[in-house]
Amino acid sequence: MKTAPGAVAERNDFYLTEHDRFLHERGASAPWLRELRGRALTRFAEMGFPTTRDEEWRFTNVGPIAETPFRLAGVPADGAAAPGLVGGVAFGSVAARLVVVNGRFAADLSTVSVESRVNAGGLAAAIAKDIPEVGDDRLATLRFDGRPFVALNTAFLDDGAFISIPAGVVVPDPIHIIIVTAPGADPAVAHPRIAVVAGANSQATIVETYIGVPGTPYLTNAVTEVVLGDRAVVEHYKDQREPVTAHHIATMQVRLGRSSTFTSQSFAFGGHIVRNDILAVLAGEGGECTLNGLYFSDDRRLVDTHTTIDHALPHCASHELYKGIVAGKARAIFNGKIIVRQDAQKTDAKQTNRALLLSDGAQINTKPQLEIFADDVKCTHGAAIGQLDDEAMFYLRARGLTAVEARDLLIHAFAGEILNRVKVESLRTQMESALFEQLARDLEDRA
Amino acid sequence: MLEVKGLKVRAEGKDILHGVDLKVEAGEVHAIMGPNGSGKSTLARALAGHPQYEVTAGEARYLGQDLLAMDPDERARQGLFMAFQYPVEIAGVNNAYFLKAALNARRKHQGLEELDAIEFMTLIRDKAGLLDIDQGMLSRAVNEGFSGGEKKRNEIFQMAVLEPTLAILDETDSGLDIDALRVVSHGVNAMRNKDRAFIVVTHYQRLLNYIVPDVVHVLNDGVIVRSGGKELALELEEKGYAWLEAAGAKA
Repeated sequence: MKTAPGAVAERNDFYLTEHDRFLHERGASAPWLRELRGRALTRFAEMGFPTTRDEEWRFTNVGPIAETPFRLAGVPADGAAAPGLVGGVAFGSVAARLVVVNGRFAADLSTVSVESRVNAGGLAAAIAKDIPEVGDDRLATLRFDGRPFVALNTAFLDDGAFISIPAGVVVPDPIHIIIVTAPGADPAVAHPRIAVVAGANSQATIVETYIGVPGTPYLTNAVTEVVLGDRAVVEHYKDQREPVTAHHIATMQVRLGRSSTFTSQSFAFGGHIVRNDILAVLAGEGGECTLNGLYFSDDRRLVDTHTTIDHALPHCASHELYKGIVAGKARAIFNGKIIVRQDAQKTDAKQTNRALLLSDGAQINTKPQLEIFADDVKCTHGAAIGQLDDEAMFYLRARGLTAVEARDLLIHAFAGEILNRVKVESLRTQMESALFEQLARDLEDRA
Repeated sequence: MLEVKGLKVRAEGKDILHGVDLKVEAGEVHAIMGPNGSGKSTLARALAGHPQYEVTAGEARYLGQDLLAMDPDERARQGLFMAFQYPVEIAGVNNAYFLKAALNARRKHQGLEELDAIEFMTLIRDKAGLLDIDQGMLSRAVNEGFSGGEKKRNEIFQMAVLEPTLAILDETDSGLDIDALRVVSHGVNAMRNKDRAFIVVTHYQRLLNYIVPDVVHVLNDGVIVRSGGKELALELEEKGYAWLEAAGAKA
């Protein structure tokens, strides 16, 4: 879709005005933060929203996002919606439950039971306290060049969740971050920011759940940063179940220290236009990065996944397995980039993307992108796109399972390869039922 | 129990059955024999409701109902079972879980209570022993990585658990060694009773030494050319299928 230059300027003006209002409302802030926000806003104004002429956004038209005047989400008027939503996704045995509503940390909905050495709470409070891990040498290093949505998030950087695990501390129970967006009568945007700093030899499990109030259109524009010290082990889960009236754009940047291990399992089940960018940099020798994901797209929804694993140093391994289920007239995009820098000898990288198309109208674009500058490396990639196997369907039905039961069983088997890797049991149960609720909805749509 | 009249079936753009008549009563075992390409497996698959086998003419009544109007899963829930010639491997679907779902689908249809995991495991333990199925096979994915013999035993094991009214065995003997053949036949014979009927599709007479049929039909080029008692199978064994060509030419 072509947009007149006047409209672009109008949109930029809208965000500039919003930014003025935002700064005015938030009042004084640290000089580094003021400078960072200003720089990010300028970059955003220069770049504007991406278009499909942009290689990184070739298949994802964010026109509907760019054309909607999303106002910065305020404190929700209807106080009852958020606690109800949180209750629906919360699970027991957590080290901490951090709830962020409309981009702001909600202390009254959060609980922290981790040992006092672990710092888990709101990001704004951490910034105000001038905690060293959060200062300008941390948040300010996030890359937003070429990433308009990260720039926009940074321009409105304010609050979210902050977790810092000191060196050597092992947190056995998961830390659950629940990000809720509750728009009022008008389209709203929230820019939650999650920062996780795992010290050397520390271990933690982080779960991010994204939910929201259906009805009014809204945009969640999230940025997550994870920094792993040497030999740290972080298991990260993302559970995105936004309503279909929401757009979800999220970027996660991960930096892995020497011999650290980072595992990400990302579930993208909700939202209308959904884009997940993951950028993982193996910045120390012997690091190991695993990125797994399961996405479901139906109706006319779009789920776009762009991952980049940057092997900067030698002897690192990365494994990637993404599986997608695409139904109706939905679309999915998977773009997996692996960079192996000249120094990164003995790299071992494996990438697999599989997709199941449930209808003739469903579409997927999948692209592996290997950029290898070292010579002693092992890199493999594979993509497979298919439909439900007719013979398997008949076999199951010939034993008495209905067409729907047979289909669900085969989809469950397909998804199981990812779901079974979820070590947090209550999360796995929730993900399984969420997937089957979605599938039931797809069947209703067709009926 | 089953009455097939003038059944014509088309698959992959080819007419394969050209009018098959077949009547099977409760308690009977019918063998369908015939050379490769005669349409034996097509008949089995059409009766089971395989979507790629299109019935172009004729009718089939099962327990007084129009079999051809039913979806394959409905046929199964009504007690029709086909042991596959080539059992399908289904990655990620646990064998025991699948069988429990199948059994409960049938039980629900019969108005019986569904079995829970413990009741189900108790039930299948005995049947597993009968067919030399070990626990390992139950916890693996359906047919995945099974040997040819294991797959066939698994089919008969499923039959033993589902206790069908009409069982169609589609070349269950192909690829089986003599020991496996004995195990499978024993499993089938143990299930024979006055209320249940079997249609045994086979190329070779050998299986019929173990599963002794009441009636033998010879299928050639999509029609049943001869029917008779169990001695017909022996005659075929002796003469081979070549004489059919001559008989066909005369007819």
